[in-house]
Amino acid sequence: MALLVDKLRPRSLDALTYHKDLSDRLASLAASADFPHLLFYGPSGAGKKTRILATLRALYGGGVEKIKIDARIFTTSSNRKLEFNIVSSVYHLEITPSDVGNYDRVVIQELLKEVAQTQQVDLSAKQRFKVVVINEADGLSRDAQAALRRTMEKYSANVRLILVANSTAGIIAPIRSRTLLVRVSAPTQPEICDVLAKAAKKESWKAIPALNERIARESGRNLRKALLMFEAVYAQNPEPSEKTPIPPPDWELLIEQIARDIVRERTPAMILATRAKLYDLLTHCIPATMVLKTLCFKLVALPEIDDSLKPEVVRWASFYEHRIRLGSKVIFHLEAFVAKFMRIFEGYLVGMDF
Amino acid sequence: MANFFDNKARAAAAASSSKSKPSELAGPTPALLPWVEKYRPRSLEEVKSQDHAIDILRRMVNASNLPNLLCYGPPGTGKTSTILALCRELFGPELMKHRVLELNASDERGLSVVRERVKQFAGQHLVNPSQQYREKYPCPPFKVVLLDEADQLTSDAQSALRRTMEIHARTTRFALCCNYVSRILDPIASRCSKYRFRALEGGQAAARIEEILTAENVKYQQGVIERALQVSDGDLRKAITILQSAARLVGVGNLESNSRAPKNARSVTEDSDEEMEDHDQTGLSSGSISISDIDELAGTFPPESTDKLLSVLKKGNTSNYNRIAAEITDITASGYAANELLSSLYSKIVFDDLVETKKKYKLTQIFSEFDKRLVDGVDEELVMLDMSCQIAGILAA
Ligand SMILES: Nc1ncnc2c1ncn2[C@@H]1O[C@H](COP(=O)(O)OP(=O)(O)OP(=O)(O)O)[C@@H](O)[C@H]1O
Ligand SMILES: [Mg+2]
Repeated sequence: MALLVDKLRPRSLDALTYHKDLSDRLASLAASADFPHLLFYGPSGAGKKTRILATLRALYGGGVEKIKIDARIFTTSSNRKLEFNIVSSVYHLEITPSDVGNYDRVVIQELLKEVAQTQQVDLSAKQRFKVVVINEADGLSRDAQAALRRTMEKYSANVRLILVANSTAGIIAPIRSRTLLVRVSAPTQPEICDVLAKAAKKESWKAIPALNERIARESGRNLRKALLMFEAVYAQNPEPSEKTPIPPPDWELLIEQIARDIVRERTPAMILATRAKLYDLLTHCIPATMVLKTLCFKLVALPEIDDSLKPEVVRWASFYEHRIRLGSKVIFHLEAFVAKFMRIFEGYLVGMDF
Repeated sequence: MANFFDNKARAAAAASSSKSKPSELAGPTPALLPWVEKYRPRSLEEVKSQDHAIDILRRMVNASNLPNLLCYGPPGTGKTSTILALCRELFGPELMKHRVLELNASDERGLSVVRERVKQFAGQHLVNPSQQYREKYPCPPFKVVLLDEADQLTSDAQSALRRTMEIHARTTRFALCCNYVSRILDPIASRCSKYRFRALEGGQAAARIEEILTAENVKYQQGVIERALQVSDGDLRKAITILQSAARLVGVGNLESNSRAPKNARSVTEDSDEEMEDHDQTGLSSGSISISDIDELAGTFPPESTDKLLSVLKKGNTSNYNRIAAEITDITASGYAANELLSSLYSKIVFDDLVETKKKYKLTQIFSEFDKRLVDGVDEELVMLDMSCQIAGILAA
C-alpha cells in the first residue's frame, strides 16, 4: 500500500494547498512557451518535488505521469562503465547525477547534449522543448555545473532545465545567473495541520486537532516528516487521543540516548561505548552530518546544559561538521565532537574556563 | 575589389540582405526562446555598457585583423555574446560555421583533446567565400577558436594550450572567455589582449531592457528597470529573466513573443500579425510590472529580516541562545540560503556606525571563516546558527 505522502500528493498546481502565490506564478510561467530555466530551492520536505511535478503537468498535461525508469551505461574517459538511472516520460527526464559522484560531468555532458539535440518526439506535445529535472543540483561538482553553462544557452530551444537544490549556496554563480530562482519555503505549522486534517478526512480517521498540532510542531515544518509521523501514529493506534505519544524514528531515539549518556558520564569508557552506537547509525545510512547535527540539537535541549554553554556546543558541532565535509573518515570527526563536548561540559561543571 | 575596405557599404549590404530574408538565421522552425536567448546581441552594436572593449573590437573588425583575446568578468555581462557577435561581423553567418570553433566547458577538454581538435580545425583548408559574400563581410584569412569558460580548463590543459597557440599562431586566433582571470595561467594571459567586462549599470543597460520590454509589449511601473538591475547585481541576463517572469506573472504581452524570427526582435511589431499560436491563456495585457513583483521574483533576503535578526544578536549569546536559535530555525524553514544571510549581515554590520570599529575588526575574521565553510558545502542550518552565536558574542562583548 502506498504511503500517505505518495497517495495524497497533489498532482496539479491548483491542488497545492499552501504558497498559493507561488503556484500562480508557476502556472503563469507554464502557460507560456518561453518558459525559463528554473532553480527550485528550499528545505527538504517543503514540497519542491510535488510542485515541480505539478508544473510539468501544467506544461504538458497528464502524459508526464506515465514514467519509465531506464538504466543507462556511460563510459568514462578512463573506460570505466557507469550505470545510471533515468526516470522519464515522453516529455521530460529526471536525473540525479550526484549518484555517480565525481563522474557526474560525464553524464551531464553526454546526456544533456543528446536530449538537447533531439527534438520533442510527440508532435502534438504542448511544448516544443523537453524538460530535464536535475535533483540534488547543489551536490553537482563544479565541473558538472560548468558543463551545463553553454548547453543551457545553446540548446534552450530544445531543452529547459529545472534544477532542484536545498540551497543556492552550492550552485555556481554562472548557473544562478541562467536560472530563475524559485524559493519554496517550508509550510507553517497551521498549514501542516491543515494538510493533516485533510488527510484524516480522506482516510476516514478521527480528526484530533491537538494531536495534529503536536505533530506539526515536532516535524520541524517538514511536511513529509509530518505525514510519516501522522501515519505512524494511526498505524500503531487506530484510535489515538490528544495524548498519544508520537514515536520518533529509531535513529533519533538512539541519538537522544547518546546525548543523555555523554552528559551523564564523561569518561574514555563512554567514548568507547558511544563509538558502537555511532557506527550503528552510520551503517544504517544515516548521514554523518545528520547524526552530528541531531546530536548537537539534542544536547542543547537537555536541561543540564546551561544557556551560556549552548553557543559553545553549537560552535564545535559546526566545526566538526566542516571537518566531516573535508575529511575522509567521518567517524573520526563524530568521535572528536563527543570528546570535545565531554571536555567543555566537564570544564563548565568544575567551573573552569574551557 | 574596389570597395573591399569599405565597411560602411558592406554593413549596409549585410543589413539590407538580412531584412529581405528575415528567417535566414532563425532556422526552419521558429522556436520560442527565453528572452535572454531571443535578445542575445547579434552585432557588436547591440552589446551595451562595455564601451571600452567594444570600441577596440570594432576597430579590429574594420581593420580585419585580430590579436588573441581574453574577455573576463562576472556572469551575464556579455562576454560570450561579444565574441560571437564579433565573429559574425567578421565572417558572416555562413562562413562562421567553417571558420569558428567553439569549445566550452560542456565539451571534453582534456589536454590532448584540445590539442587534437585545434590541430584538426587549424589544419583544415580555408574555405573561401564568393566575391559577393566578401562584399558583405570582411572574411579575413584566419580562423577563430573560441575557448569559452576557459577558467574551467585545468592548468595542464592550459600549459598544453600555450604550445598550441604558438604552433597555430599564423592561421588561428584564440578568444578566451572566463569569469576569473586569476585562474588563467600567466603565459596564456600575456599572449592575449585583455578586456574586462563590468557588471552592468546605468543608462545603456537600462536602455537595452527598455527596448526588450517595448518589443514584448510589456507595461511597467517607474523604477522597475533600475530595481531589476539592482537586485541582479548588474547581471543583465538575470535582470532579463526576472523581467520575463514578471511579465508572465502579470499576464502581459505574450502574443508578440509567438511571432517568428527571434533575431528580428526589434521588428516584431511589424510582423506580429503572422501566425500566432495560442499559448497564452492569461489573455491580453492585464497589468503592469511593479517593483514588488521584481523583489518577489529575485528572492533576496529581505532587509527587515536582517534587521530583526541583528536586533536579537545585539543582545549577546549568553542567555539569548533560544531566541537566536528560533530566528535561525525560521530563516532555514523559509529556505533562504546561508550565503545570502552572510552577505546581508555583512553589509548591515560593516556600515552600522553604532558598532565599534574594534568589533568590526573581529567580525571580519568571522565573515571570512564562514564564507569559506559555505563554499566547502557545510550544513547550512548549523553554520548559520554557529555564525549568529559567534557574531552575537562579539557584538555584546
Ligand atoms: N552587455 C550586454 N549587452 C546586451 N545584452 C547583454 C549584455 N550582457 C548580457 N546580455 C544579455 O545576457 C545574455 C547572456 O550574455 P552572455 O552569454 O554574453 O554572458 P557571459 O558574459 O558570457 O556570461 P557567463 O560568464 O555566465 O558565460 C545575453 O543573451 C543577453 O541577452
Ligand atoms: Mg558565457
